[in-house]
Amino acid sequence: MDDYGSVALARLLADCTDAVRATHAQYGDATAQVAPARIGELLRFLRDDAECAFEMLTDLTVVDRGDVAAPEARFEVVYHLYSVSKNHRVRLKVGVAADAPAVASAVGLYASANWMEREAFDLYGIRFDGHPDLRRILLADGFEGHPLRKDFPKTKRVPLDGPER
Amino acid sequence: MAGPTNACSADRAPGAAGRDFDRERRRLELDPSHPATHGSLKFTLELTGETIADLDVRIGYLHRGFEKECESRGWAQAIPYTDRLDYHSAILANLGFCLAVEKLMGLETSPRSRWLRVLGCEISRVGDHLLRCGSACHELGALPESLAAIEARERVADLQEALCGARVTANYVRIGGVRRDLPADFRAAGEVLLPKIRALLGDMDAAVHRNPVLLARLRDTGVLSRQDCLRYAVTGPILRAAGEPLDLRKQQPYLTYDEIDFDVPVGSVGDNYDRYLVCVAEARESLGIVEQCLARLERLGPQPIAGAVFDDPVRGPTVAAGEAYTAIESANGELGFYLVSDGSERPVKVRCRPPAFLHLAALPEMLREAKLADLVPTFELLNAVGGECDR
Repeated sequence: MDDYGSVALARLLADCTDAVRATHAQYGDATAQVAPARIGELLRFLRDDAECAFEMLTDLTVVDRGDVAAPEARFEVVYHLYSVSKNHRVRLKVGVAADAPAVASAVGLYASANWMEREAFDLYGIRFDGHPDLRRILLADGFEGHPLRKDFPKTKRVPLDGPER
Repeated sequence: MAGPTNACSADRAPGAAGRDFDRERRRLELDPSHPATHGSLKFTLELTGETIADLDVRIGYLHRGFEKECESRGWAQAIPYTDRLDYHSAILANLGFCLAVEKLMGLETSPRSRWLRVLGCEISRVGDHLLRCGSACHELGALPESLAAIEARERVADLQEALCGARVTANYVRIGGVRRDLPADFRAAGEVLLPKIRALLGDMDAAVHRNPVLLARLRDTGVLSRQDCLRYAVTGPILRAAGEPLDLRKQQPYLTYDEIDFDVPVGSVGDNYDRYLVCVAEARESLGIVEQCLARLERLGPQPIAGAVFDDPVRGPTVAAGEAYTAIESANGELGFYLVSDGSERPVKVRCRPPAFLHLAALPEMLREAKLADLVPTFELLNAVGGECDR
């Protein structure tokens, strides 16, 4: 299995031990479950640390764990980072509560977070504190609900009579 | 000698009617019904004269709930939906998804099926690049150039049809293999079509370089520096045009790319012209890869290619609980799939990391202080296909 991320995990565990809750490298994907309150600080560390050098926030998405997870960690916000110069990747995950889910925005660190956080807000209803322009992106402004949540039925219809797009 | 008074020019003279059109602020909306937006997005512009002061890009008009749909069906049933992401290069998206499922399942594929997949992917890439360059030429009024590209693209569709029977929605890759082996007449089709595609690509490129207006419109427009590409997570030909030789086929090789001889073309300025050059050079490299695939497939001889057989042939496998991210170099850049399984026959999460979405997010940065006229060609060269952006 390709291994493109063990350095990053080692650096995280060495320098930010108290913020890392669990790690794994299943299928070669270096992954760290981290404390939600520390996400901004960790992203900054991973971007600026010379050995990590994650210049790119490649992907940001959310997993709805539904009933399986405890309510305080129903949602998982998942960050995929890639370093062009070091050619390695790492995945960070933070648990977010079922009611009023929110996490700090990464827009100040990575411009790519802007649209991806808007999508996560649109489809999962996660608030990104500090986002400069947090509005829906794929769905119409008048849409009610967040359709990628597991409790949003696939067949549900939302009439589009909201404000004009 | 004073000619007849032109009402318009009289209006334009500053102070004449108290208006200065070159400095006036105005708002312009290019709706999905505008031909240049292909029905899939809307630009809201704030203009100062003809200069773009602010640009808001609204997407979502082609949102079909790709993820929701995938999460309510079996793993194998998502493959035809991936055709409809970047529908100009369906096989690439088929592959990205199947590689991610195979990673979760720890599934190995036969060498022959890997070579067939590379063959399909590179045919897709040529078609995608041709369409991107052809539409940019078309939007700039360069008709002969665009016609050569569209003709070449038709021959690419012929080639894909010879491979898998479909010109657009290929549905070619399977979990563990591909849908069918190389048809007996494919080699003959390739011998006719590949030289034709190469010649038409050459015609297009020669015509572009004979067209000084077109070149002037491409050069120094839509610039995005290497640094800004990284900030916006822009990958693929746009990043390479800015001088960064990142190509996942080289950096994190998958399938058989480590056995293939090909170059990664890069630009230096990161403008529309560099993007055009990178795409043309890449299309040529891809045609070379197709030829290498054909030679290897002939040497390899028959091998099982159909992949794993599952108890439920329609819905496909049950996948062990876990999570995996796989990225491939699609025609647009890093096409990623992040999958989460709870061990059942349906995915918990199917995230498609769409390169076109991120590239479109950087469009306002590319057009900072640009002229309105540069909006459409810059947008075309992003290849921000609605199917992939909106999912």
